[in-house]
Amino acid sequence: MADIKIVFAGFGGQGILFAGKLVAYKGLLENKYVSWLPSYGPEMRGGTANCSVIVSDEQIGSPMVPTPDILMVMNGPSLDTFEDCVAPGGRIFADSSLIDRKVRRTDVETFYVPASQMANEAGMPALANMILAGKLLKETPALSGGSIDAVLGKIISARHKDMLEQNRKALEMGFAV
Amino acid sequence: MSDKKLMKGNEAIAEAAIEAGCRFYFGYPITPQTEVAAYMAKRMPKIGGVFLQAESELAAVNMVYGVASAGKRAMTSSSSPGISLKSEGISYLAGCDLPALIVNVQRGGPGLGGIQPSQSDYFQATRGGGHGDYHILVLAPASVQEMADFTVKAFDLADKWRVPAMLLSDGTLGQMMEPVSMEHYEAKTFDKPWAVTGTGMAREHNIINSLYLDPQKLEIENFRRYERYERIKAEEAMWEEYLMDDAEICVTAYGISARVARSAVTAARAQGIKAGMIRPQTLWPFPVKPFEDSLEHVRAYIDVEMSMGQMIEDVRLATRCARPVCLSNRVGGMIPSTEQVLAKIKEIAGGLDK
Repeated sequence: MADIKIVFAGFGGQGILFAGKLVAYKGLLENKYVSWLPSYGPEMRGGTANCSVIVSDEQIGSPMVPTPDILMVMNGPSLDTFEDCVAPGGRIFADSSLIDRKVRRTDVETFYVPASQMANEAGMPALANMILAGKLLKETPALSGGSIDAVLGKIISARHKDMLEQNRKALEMGFAV
Repeated sequence: MSDKKLMKGNEAIAEAAIEAGCRFYFGYPITPQTEVAAYMAKRMPKIGGVFLQAESELAAVNMVYGVASAGKRAMTSSSSPGISLKSEGISYLAGCDLPALIVNVQRGGPGLGGIQPSQSDYFQATRGGGHGDYHILVLAPASVQEMADFTVKAFDLADKWRVPAMLLSDGTLGQMMEPVSMEHYEAKTFDKPWAVTGTGMAREHNIINSLYLDPQKLEIENFRRYERYERIKAEEAMWEEYLMDDAEICVTAYGISARVARSAVTAARAQGIKAGMIRPQTLWPFPVKPFEDSLEHVRAYIDVEMSMGQMIEDVRLATRCARPVCLSNRVGGMIPSTEQVLAKIKEIAGGLDK
C-alpha cells in the first residue's frame, strides 16, 4: 500500500464526517500518515456533506482527493456527483436502501449494502454510517486488521460510553454482510 | 504515531496557544476560523484563562493591545475581512512594540469574498496591512502539526523581538484534521521590564504609546525599529527544501499550496524531471538565502499560490530577477490541483530542453 484515497459523501446528519474520522483514526493507529478534509460551507447545513481521507505509508502532499480509490456514498445526489471521479479499478460502497439506482460505471467494483434499512431494523437508525463503514474496513485489507475498540475509544468520548457499544455493534453488522 | 491525536487545524492553533501559556483570547466569529474561538470558549474557563467574544473585530484587537501592554501573552483570530478590520490595531501594536499573536485563516476576497480557502492576504500580512512603516512576523504553516508548532514559535518570536506575530493560514488547513503531538513543547518565558504592571513606587512609569508629535523623535523610533527588523531578517527566516540539491526547476509555495506543489514535484521526479521545492515557513522575514543558493543550478522558478501572484514578487526579489519566475495559481476559494502544477512543470521543462 502506498496510499488509499477515500471520499465519504451523503446528506448532512448521516454521520458522513464521523465515518471518515473513524477510518482516518484506524489508519493513525496502524502508524500510517493520515489526513481528513471536510467540505465546509453553507451546503453543510442540511444539504450534502462530504469528506476526503488519505491513509498513506508516506508523508501526504495534497490532502485533496479529486480521484478517490474508494467512494462511500449514502445518497443519490452524492453518487451522481462522485461516481465519475472514482479511479478506474476503484471501489464504491453504496447504501442501497437510500440510492435507487445502480452504479453505471463498469470499471469499478461495487458493494451494495442496505445500511439504512439494516440500521432501522436493528433499532439504531442513526448508525447506518457505521454499518457501511464496517463493510468498507472489512473489504480494505490495509485497514481491516487490528482492534476496532481502540479506534472507537479514540473517537467516542468517555461521556458517551453507551454509544460505544452501539457503534461497535453497527460496525460488526457491516463486517458480517 | 499512535501517541498523536487527530485535530482540526483551528483546534490545534487554540490548544497550542494554551500550551504556550496564552490565557487571554479575544475574538469575533467568522468562517472558516470559528473553531479557534469555539475551542477557546470551552477550554479557557477551565484553566483560569479569559475567553471573550468582543462586540467587534476592532474591540477584540484592542483588548489584545491592553493585555500585551501588561506583558501577558494574548491572541486574537479571524479570517480575511476580519483581519482588515483589525489592521488599525495591528499598526498600533507594531507602533508600541508589543508582542501578540494574530491568526488569519484566509478566505477568498476582496470584500466579503467567499468562505473557501485562499492565500490572497500575503501582501497585507507581509507589507504591514495597516498604516505606517512597520512589519510583523509572519509564519506560514503547511500542516496541522505546524499550525500548532508555529503558534508556539510565533509567541516566542514575538516576545523575543517585541514585534506582533501573525500565523497566516487558510480555510483548508483550518478545517482539515491530521495527527498532532504537542508533547515536545517547553513553555518559554521572557522578561518584560517594559510592561505596565504597576510601579510599586519602586521604578519610573512604563509608558506604552505610539504617539510622537515631535518628528525627530518619531524618526528615531522608526530607525530603531528597522534596525531590529534587519536583525530579525538575518536570524529568523525559516524554510523547508524538498529535492533541491540538483533541481533545475524550483517550485515555490507556502501553506496549503506547498502541499500540492510537493505532490507535483514528487510526480515530476518520477518522470525524470529535475524538480524541487523551496517552501518558505516564514513569509516575513522572507527566506532569501535558499533562493540565492539555488541560482547555481535552478533554471526557472514556478510560484504556486492561491492569489493573483503576491509572493511571486518576493521570489523575483530574492532571485534578483536572474531567472524566469512564472505563476501557477487558482483564486477565489479554488485550490490548485497536483495535475495543474505538474503540467506547468512539464511545460517549463519542455521549454528548457529547447
